[in-house]
Amino acid sequence: MDVLGSLGVFLPELALLLGAMGLLIYGVFQETEDGDNEIVPLAAIGLLLAATALVALGGGVDAEAFAGAFRIDAFSQFSKALIFGAAAFAILMSNEERQGSGVRRFEYSILILLAAIGMALMVSANDLISLYMAIETQSLALYVLAAINRDSHRSTEAGLKYFVLGALSSGLLLYGASLIYGFTGATGFDAIAAVATGEEANPGLVVGLVFLICGLAFKVSAAPFHMWTPDVYEGAPTPVTAFFAAAPKVAAMALFARALVGAFPEAVGDWRPVIAMLAVASMAVGSFSAIVQTNVKRLLAYSSIGHMGFALVGLAAGTERGVSSVLIYMAVYIVMTIGAFSCVLLMRRQGGRTESVSDLAGLAETDKSLALILGILLFSLSGVPPTGGFFGKFFVFGAAVEAGLVWLAIIGVLMSAVAAFYYLRIVKIMWFDEAAPAFASGPGVRLGLTASLSAVIMLPGLLFLIGPLERAATSAAASLF
Amino acid sequence: MTFAAFMFWVFAITVVASGVMTISARNPVHSVMFLILAFFGAAGLFILMGAEYLAMLLLVVYIGAVAVLFLFVVMMLDVDFVEMRQGFLRYVPIGGALATVIVVELVLIVAAWTLPDDDAIARAHPVPTAAETGADPSAPNNIEALGLVLYTDYVHYFQIAGVILLVAMIGAIVLTFRTREGVRKQDPAEQVARDRATAVEMKNIRTGQGI
Repeated sequence: MDVLGSLGVFLPELALLLGAMGLLIYGVFQETEDGDNEIVPLAAIGLLLAATALVALGGGVDAEAFAGAFRIDAFSQFSKALIFGAAAFAILMSNEERQGSGVRRFEYSILILLAAIGMALMVSANDLISLYMAIETQSLALYVLAAINRDSHRSTEAGLKYFVLGALSSGLLLYGASLIYGFTGATGFDAIAAVATGEEANPGLVVGLVFLICGLAFKVSAAPFHMWTPDVYEGAPTPVTAFFAAAPKVAAMALFARALVGAFPEAVGDWRPVIAMLAVASMAVGSFSAIVQTNVKRLLAYSSIGHMGFALVGLAAGTERGVSSVLIYMAVYIVMTIGAFSCVLLMRRQGGRTESVSDLAGLAETDKSLALILGILLFSLSGVPPTGGFFGKFFVFGAAVEAGLVWLAIIGVLMSAVAAFYYLRIVKIMWFDEAAPAFASGPGVRLGLTASLSAVIMLPGLLFLIGPLERAATSAAASLF
Repeated sequence: MTFAAFMFWVFAITVVASGVMTISARNPVHSVMFLILAFFGAAGLFILMGAEYLAMLLLVVYIGAVAVLFLFVVMMLDVDFVEMRQGFLRYVPIGGALATVIVVELVLIVAAWTLPDDDAIARAHPVPTAAETGADPSAPNNIEALGLVLYTDYVHYFQIAGVILLVAMIGAIVLTFRTREGVRKQDPAEQVARDRATAVEMKNIRTGQGI
């Protein structure tokens, strides 16, 4: 396909890219004294929703562009719809943030747009070069977002820490990619798959694969590559943390699935133990470390590490069912996460924001609706039936059992029982403890709507939506195999 | 030994030796100098391989820009390198363990390395002549060959690289740019538009009283 023909396949990303550049120019000329600008975030949300619609309309198309470097199929369209939607909500959630925390600057929305473009390129990457470059586009935007509140020491520290460790992981990933290229003679996933048949496992190829997995595991913050997550999540401004916990996780997980299933379909035996080990470590770290956390953002950081572990259980299965369960899990996970962070953003005190778990005490007395919404989301995060979180875990463990990984599913169930302890402890604190002072009121219509929307999707919603979601995820997974 | 083979050894030894010196030199400025020397050696190796364009890029970009930037940063930052080395002994066990694992992996990889026939020839003659590699003298030269793929097969990567640079630029501005208050800026239009009536005011000052 020639370059012009490729542009049609590339349309959603192209529209976002041109829109981001246009908004950048507009923002520079229209910047007001305090840096506040309503039009740029709204336009960015509109662009992201338009891109989501474009992606959804083009669903099921199987096409390659740019000499095989960029691929769209049902899998990429499913992930892109999630990513663009999550990015749009991230901008929406930051809109009611107070002045001066950096996220009201117009560059914030543009950086989220550029990060979303990087993520879309990640899930469509079909070549080691485009994989690396897409990851760098995404990561660079995220490093800046973490440090966007440049007057705060913690935000700057989070940005620097994320940058240094991210550079290290990129190094690991490149080392792995160069070994894979050296031993297969190709960078395209299809060409690698043709060589890496797994018959006689070449140690060089296996080492390269392991390094590649290490680099990707850092991006999904799977243990033991999770060290940066709690610090970055705590230090970054809360709307940025909400974005970090949602969209990049989907992109990295989808890239993980495509790189492993697309480039090493025959070498399942080589990568399955590594993924299973990452899954067990992440579930354990996420479950046990979160118990002692007193900061809500740190707690949600460990919670996200644990959730990545559960999703990796589905990936370890390495089957079509496994990949579709990962997609279902990620879809449920980002809805829960966005809802939970909307609740955290509503935890306001005079002159700022509180992040301590103890401030939630007796929330049921002071703000019943918020307590109800957060309660549903916490039940869902812990995977109690019949909430949405239960369906995610159900499909993931089902896929693992079907692939013969019964031990992994058992560990997963045990770990989710441990994790339920700290989620339900917050529910107990909210409903049965002595009431703490009520939260300060402020502009919160958008946050409240976002939180209640995600709670409604989690409790009654998914009971009806799980059928269509499963069908979409199944056809998306089928396009990978 | 031909002249080209002799130069190969000269450049190769230069690269390895200055690489070792880069990480072992006590003075960080000397480290950067040895890094520059290593780049020079690598550029020489590129020329011997017939990749003259890459060699020039290495000289212009890496030595001309990157290494000089390093040099400035090292000279300007007030980093106490003696203090940084103090934790060295504490981290030797874990660092050594990691290094051992990676070295063992590399040995395993090299042991498993099977070379195709043309690579075996290349190994026997580190600087192959055109006759040995069977290169076509009328084929496009380096820069033409790059240009043929850069804007066609690799246009996707080329454009993503542009996006990465855009993100980096926005990031640098977002994180460091501050509008400074009270800066006197020159406005040429205003200067030109002034006339005598607005610029000069007549005051009638009486003798001995001042304004």
